Amino acid sequence: MDYLFQQLINGLTLGGVYALVALGYTMVYGIISLINFAHGEIFAAGGYLGVILLSYMASQGVMDNHPWFGLAFALILAMGYCAMLAMAVEKVAYKPLRSSSRLSVLLSALGMSIFLQNGLMLTQGVYDKAYPTEFTHGGFEWLGVRVSFMQIGILAVTGLLLVLLNALVFKTRIGKAMRATSQDKVMSALVGIHSDKVISTTFAIGAALAAAAGIMVGLYYGSVRYDMGFVPGIKAFAAAVLGGIGNITGAMIGGLIIGMVEILAAAYIPHGGEYKDVFAFVILIGVLYFMPTGIMGENVDDTRV
Amino acid sequence: MAAILELEGVCAHYGRIQALRDVSLHVGEGEIVTIIGANGAGKSTTLMTICGIVRASKGDVRYQGASILDKRADELPALGLCQVPEGRRIFPRLTVQENLDMGAFLRRDADGIAADLGMVFRLFPVLFERRKQHGGTLSGGEQQMLAIARAFMGRPKMLLLDEPSLGLSPMISQHIFRIIRNVNEESGVTILLVEQNANMALKLADRAYVMETGAVVLEDTAAALRENADIKKAYLGQ
Ligand SMILES: Nc1ncnc2c1ncn2[C@@H]1O[C@H](COP(=O)(O)OP(=O)(O)O)[C@@H](O)[C@H]1O
Ligand SMILES: [Mg+2]
Repeated sequence: MDYLFQQLINGLTLGGVYALVALGYTMVYGIISLINFAHGEIFAAGGYLGVILLSYMASQGVMDNHPWFGLAFALILAMGYCAMLAMAVEKVAYKPLRSSSRLSVLLSALGMSIFLQNGLMLTQGVYDKAYPTEFTHGGFEWLGVRVSFMQIGILAVTGLLLVLLNALVFKTRIGKAMRATSQDKVMSALVGIHSDKVISTTFAIGAALAAAAGIMVGLYYGSVRYDMGFVPGIKAFAAAVLGGIGNITGAMIGGLIIGMVEILAAAYIPHGGEYKDVFAFVILIGVLYFMPTGIMGENVDDTRV
Repeated sequence: MAAILELEGVCAHYGRIQALRDVSLHVGEGEIVTIIGANGAGKSTTLMTICGIVRASKGDVRYQGASILDKRADELPALGLCQVPEGRRIFPRLTVQENLDMGAFLRRDADGIAADLGMVFRLFPVLFERRKQHGGTLSGGEQQMLAIARAFMGRPKMLLLDEPSLGLSPMISQHIFRIIRNVNEESGVTILLVEQNANMALKLADRAYVMETGAVVLEDTAAALRENADIKKAYLGQ
């Protein structure tokens, strides 16, 4: 029982992180029908920026005295940096192809992914980079379950970001403009929405969430590597498809399901841990086969961007 | 009467197909002008070219005296030039209220927006009842009302309307035409109306243009066109 509870908490943590990454895929798809292959690399860039900032602050003693301040600072800076990086990627690799075929843009995204991943490798090296984790120790026992402060922190930040994103998309002016643009670009232009700006903002928001996820994964697993964006990227993409690509609520639910399944399968299926990466793909194939529009697919609800 | 809108020798293409051939027309401030013509004549393309969605390959479009060809489509609503496009183009997964909010997207005058919202809800009470529903769930007539109301929310000086009566019952069409006339008379909004229903359009309008295969073939006062034998035969079903 305690074991199950422990696994559920772990699943929630991991699922929340997948949800954050999945949102970037789903929002970009919703607005320009592009599977942004470079999104996983933005997540990795966030993880790297996190390790660079946190290591520096640790060396200056900031992390000993004000660990939460240091974390928040790293998080916000990485989110801002990755938002700008993604806007630059969009401008260079996607915007000039706005009126080209979808395949051209897709190939451009693939190229961008390879370019960014190699860029990370060349500048940061091929080896794992360890996160400073001294300050993440500590935690408590609760109903026989060990919960680290780090895990609480990740859950809290994830939850906060998901709530903020929902408010942004469904309550604000720019959120409404995003949804309008995704539904009808001609009509949104006729009411005065500058779609290039909205598209750029969408990339920025997705990237900021991915950057936060990158840092949290780094903290959770203790290290980052230049190719860390690939597997979580595909899992998050599977989560987005599972939820119904283009659907915000769907991406959140899909992320949680993929995270949960991965953790529970690793815990309860014999040798499950060895193939934990397989489950996301099994789900992806199953969804594509049996319900291609996903859980929150068309006509189910309104939360497609 | 000063022209608020002038088209001069406008050509437009879809790929290699030429959709507009040297279209010239003008609309005076406060006028109601209609463009009639058969399906495929180029009426919608004319409106979309005015709004910068379709790019003119030749000629000039002037609004309030200045060329607007170099402007992006999304810059025009700020100048008071708004369109209710063919097919209504309601945002299907935004609520009625949100659709109206989008109409006022470029405005910052909260008080003015609130006043206009009250105005469109008085004009179309059904939109108030349905304000929390998704645009896509409305009936055709309700969607047309929403499309017009959304355009009103932009406080247009000039409104382009593309077949507002299409697919609507005569009663609803008349209601909508009455509202178009009111907004013209009471708020001085200039109207350029594209219609298949030439009968109703010619009764409402001051002047009219007739388009055929991408070109303007006739222009006159609406009253004169109603008496024109060719027009009667071709467009008025008499
Ligand atoms: N998006 C488009 N792509 C290609 N051809 C188009 C497009 N829209 C309209 N056309 C063509 O341009 C011509 C004019 O169409 P349109 O302006 O819609 O006419 P109307 O509004 O008078 O019915 C027609 O021959 C039509 O087939
Ligand atoms: Mg038409």
